[in-house]
Amino acid sequence: MFRQASRIFARSINQQPKMMGRAFSTDVPATPTVDSTFVESWKKVIPNMEPPKTPSAFMNPRPPTPSTIPSKLTVNFVLPYASELSTKEVDMVIVPATTGQMGVLPGHVPTIAELKPGVLSVHEGNNVTKYFVSSGFTFIHANSVADIIAIEAVPVDQIDPSLVQKGLAEFTQKLSSAATDLEKAEAQIGVDVHSALNSALTG
Amino acid sequence: MAMAALRREGRRFAAPLISPQPIRSSLIAEEQAPLGVRSISTQVVRNRMKSVKNIQKITKAMKMVAASKLRAIQTRAENSRGLWQPFTALLGDAPSVDVKKNVIVTISSDKGLCGGINSTSVKISKAMHKLTAGPEKETKYVILGEKAKAQLIRDSKKDIELSITELQKNPLNYTQVSVLADDILKNVEYDALRIIFNKFHSVVSFLPTMSTVLSPEVVEREAESGGKLGDLDSYEIEGGETKGEILQNLAEFQFSCVLFNAVLENACSEQGARMSAMDSSSRNAGEMLDRLTLTYNRTRQASITTELIEIISGASALEG
Repeated sequence: MFRQASRIFARSINQQPKMMGRAFSTDVPATPTVDSTFVESWKKVIPNMEPPKTPSAFMNPRPPTPSTIPSKLTVNFVLPYASELSTKEVDMVIVPATTGQMGVLPGHVPTIAELKPGVLSVHEGNNVTKYFVSSGFTFIHANSVADIIAIEAVPVDQIDPSLVQKGLAEFTQKLSSAATDLEKAEAQIGVDVHSALNSALTG
Repeated sequence: MAMAALRREGRRFAAPLISPQPIRSSLIAEEQAPLGVRSISTQVVRNRMKSVKNIQKITKAMKMVAASKLRAIQTRAENSRGLWQPFTALLGDAPSVDVKKNVIVTISSDKGLCGGINSTSVKISKAMHKLTAGPEKETKYVILGEKAKAQLIRDSKKDIELSITELQKNPLNYTQVSVLADDILKNVEYDALRIIFNKFHSVVSFLPTMSTVLSPEVVEREAESGGKLGDLDSYEIEGGETKGEILQNLAEFQFSCVLFNAVLENACSEQGARMSAMDSSSRNAGEMLDRLTLTYNRTRQASITTELIEIISGASALEG
């Protein structure tokens, strides 16, 4: 009887750690990191309450910086309402930075780039996927991970050319008839976006 | 039941007995009249039972509504989770940063009956206020949502910079949140923004979370002094006139992205908390109904027994 008891006891101990890890698969990192200085300073001032969690506890762990240049670039392309590409291994991406089209290869220098409306193309082997992005930011890290954050993105083949022409005409007209600086700025933005759309369709 | 007993007792009492109809009416008349010891009222208990049953139905319906709203918003919150990760990967997470002007953005719900999540957010906001207080430091609140406003206005009225309600009148979208973020950034001076919300972990568990967004000047200062932002200098800045301009845009973009995710997660937590609150409420109502039913039956049987006793003793008095 006691042999059974020890077996059951061991099983119950083993089961406990497995139960603790059940959470959303989108969320739990391999090793949750907690900011210890924050927790300590919290405990000193407010000893009765648990400190709030911080984003570092929910981060997906990032690969460390390798010593040699890796062969593939890892791309995370996120939008507010979806993650278009997450940790996808590609050969190259071309991002529409404010200084022009910028090509990113594995081993690129760490960079922070602001994006302007334009075409983002993802090259993987022989496939090229093109998206038209509204503005955003791109971070390229030392470990050949590129984060592209945009507000809106559409695959280029889903853009309607006639609507683009119409929009361009409309905003050019608004720009010429704009009175205040605010209206001028808005009309200018419209013109920029639509001309970028135009060149995306043709180029 | 009383009638069957009378029938069994039989023909002996047929004559002196009054017919069944008047008995029932006399019972009812006595119940509604101001009471003596004779007849115990079941009307009061019956009224209570009716109202408790209504409450049970209402809370069950509210639970269903919250469940369907949760389903709708949960996918959007999960999809927006990738939005803040690049910023934390680049700039790190520095909740213990020491700055002069802290702004605490508390996110709460507009409607009540959602359990304890709003109180938790307010408690943590107040604790952060205490933590970041000090000489030459000031901490202000920006409140999103009616419930936190009601709680914080009581003792921290002078510290509230801005309060925004009716966030969920239209379905949440990024444009609305970015306009809101723009508003906040324009009107409030800040060195560090701390966003406090309830992160949706699962339908029954909500984790209070605090995200920190630093102003560009603080980012530069931290980058120079080393530590977590130390290798920010190794990043080349593409475009823009100066590094400062890019960092400014970056900070604003980061704030609007983090705020968007926070608002969605909080909305999910609100619906989940409301579901479990309404669920326990309808369960309590069910238990209360069971107890009341027992009381009702006991009362009813006692009054029937009393009537029976009176009749029988009356009849046996006549006889003997």
